[in-house]
Amino acid sequence: MPQTVPFVDYLVLGERPHLVAHECTACGARFFDRRNACANCFGTSFTQVDVPTEGEVRAFTIVAHAAPGVPVPFVSATVDCAGTSVRANLINVAPTPEAVRLGMKVRLALAPVGVDQAGTEAVSFGFEPRP
Amino acid sequence: MASDDVWILGISMTRFGKHPDSDLIDLAAEATMNAIADAGITMREIGVLAAGNLRGGGGIGQALQKQVGQTGIPVYNVANACATGATAIRVVHMALRAGEADFGLAVGVEKLAGAGLLAGGERVGDSATWAPQGRFGAVGPLDGRIGTETMPGVFAQIGMEYGHRYGGTSFELFARISEKNHAHSTLNPLASYQRRFTLDEIMNDVMISYPNTRPMCSANCDGAAAAVLVTGAALKTLAPEQRRRAVKISASVLTTDPWEEACQVLPNVNTLTRNAARRAYDTAGVDPEDLDLVELHDCFATAELVHYDNLMLCPEGGAVDFFNSGATWRDGATPVNVSGGLESKGHPISATGIANIWEVATHLRGEAGDRQIPGARVGLAHVIGLGSACGVHILERGAA
Repeated sequence: MPQTVPFVDYLVLGERPHLVAHECTACGARFFDRRNACANCFGTSFTQVDVPTEGEVRAFTIVAHAAPGVPVPFVSATVDCAGTSVRANLINVAPTPEAVRLGMKVRLALAPVGVDQAGTEAVSFGFEPRP
Repeated sequence: MASDDVWILGISMTRFGKHPDSDLIDLAAEATMNAIADAGITMREIGVLAAGNLRGGGGIGQALQKQVGQTGIPVYNVANACATGATAIRVVHMALRAGEADFGLAVGVEKLAGAGLLAGGERVGDSATWAPQGRFGAVGPLDGRIGTETMPGVFAQIGMEYGHRYGGTSFELFARISEKNHAHSTLNPLASYQRRFTLDEIMNDVMISYPNTRPMCSANCDGAAAAVLVTGAALKTLAPEQRRRAVKISASVLTTDPWEEACQVLPNVNTLTRNAARRAYDTAGVDPEDLDLVELHDCFATAELVHYDNLMLCPEGGAVDFFNSGATWRDGATPVNVSGGLESKGHPISATGIANIWEVATHLRGEAGDRQIPGARVGLAHVIGLGSACGVHILERGAA
């Protein structure tokens, strides 16, 4: 059984894959990166919270030109997950302006990135259209 | 001219475009010597120098001094992404307001001709074994896997977000903004492009990041710009011709982005621009409807739209109607980017925040030739550096 690791530390794999955020206990601001303090209220106490796995597309672009090694085209989006904004690719949807639209309802989905030399698979996330 | 005012005494920009035979120092020196000559002074009078350059390795201010005049004055080498030029102006402005000098020089220079994507232009390979690194504990590079880091992609989303919030945007609408700026630059002999593109040409050009095609992106090019600032008190002692051509800096504002939900996910270029604009209008005692021309940071066509709103040139949410009314064409009510803007004049990053002030000042002096906005008295120059920093300057024709 090959081992899997999340592509980023704020992705939780398992039976119910989801994202987690650091939430400031003083003001409720949420962050995905490692924190020194809260950018909003300067507090230093955080709790880990689950981010809803369903959301809607608030902004997107279809990237046609990127660094060598980055497969194009792909859809980059800002997804509003019930008040927490998430940066992600939109996946399992054609990268065309006809298929992707603002306000589209989406849900978290997993995306394999690849297997390293030790046989470990990295798994990332994206958002796919909700039926 | 109140004694605590600060004025532009001399200002200059090089031609923007390809300068294969000039290095950074040649370009900075050309802009500097022309600005000094325009001011009618010498390097001997300059008491402070702020110099901006992002991609040349550092120390541009002292390198420039070694070619045009080493007088021992303090040099501030500044870097603030695409707001670097405006930051140089702001530093000199603060020094003069603080009484540290009577005359100051701000310079910005960049060589970018032929450069491709400036952010997200390279990606390191994956390591042999997955190991979490960095602030997101990522086992590999994020760009392309978790969104895009490219500027055309980030600013495309910024325009699309505006469309999501207020409606009315389309690929064609954004392309028509670019059509306007390319049409404007046909009158600007210092612009990189000076060619009118049809709407079809713009929409069918190479797609970079939907909805931004190549001519809807800022043009990478070489260029420099420089400005000599003077205190109101020192200006009073100068010749009538110098006083007549001096342009008043009625507001000089620099802001960064305050924390808001989502701002660390998709950069918010709106709030810091609104904050800068509000403070600039208050300081200058000027209303948006008083502006005879605006040079704003159209790093992408999608960005120009949101800044109509952020600079309060239109009612909140009304940027699409405002553009569709024709207001921002050079014969409209609020001409925007009559220079051609970053999309057509070009965007040598550190020069941009001084070059747009040069454009406004040149109209206020009545010296803009074929593209002169008749009777221009008040103008605004705006830049955004992602990260973010926003510079807004309001300029007024002198009262001489």
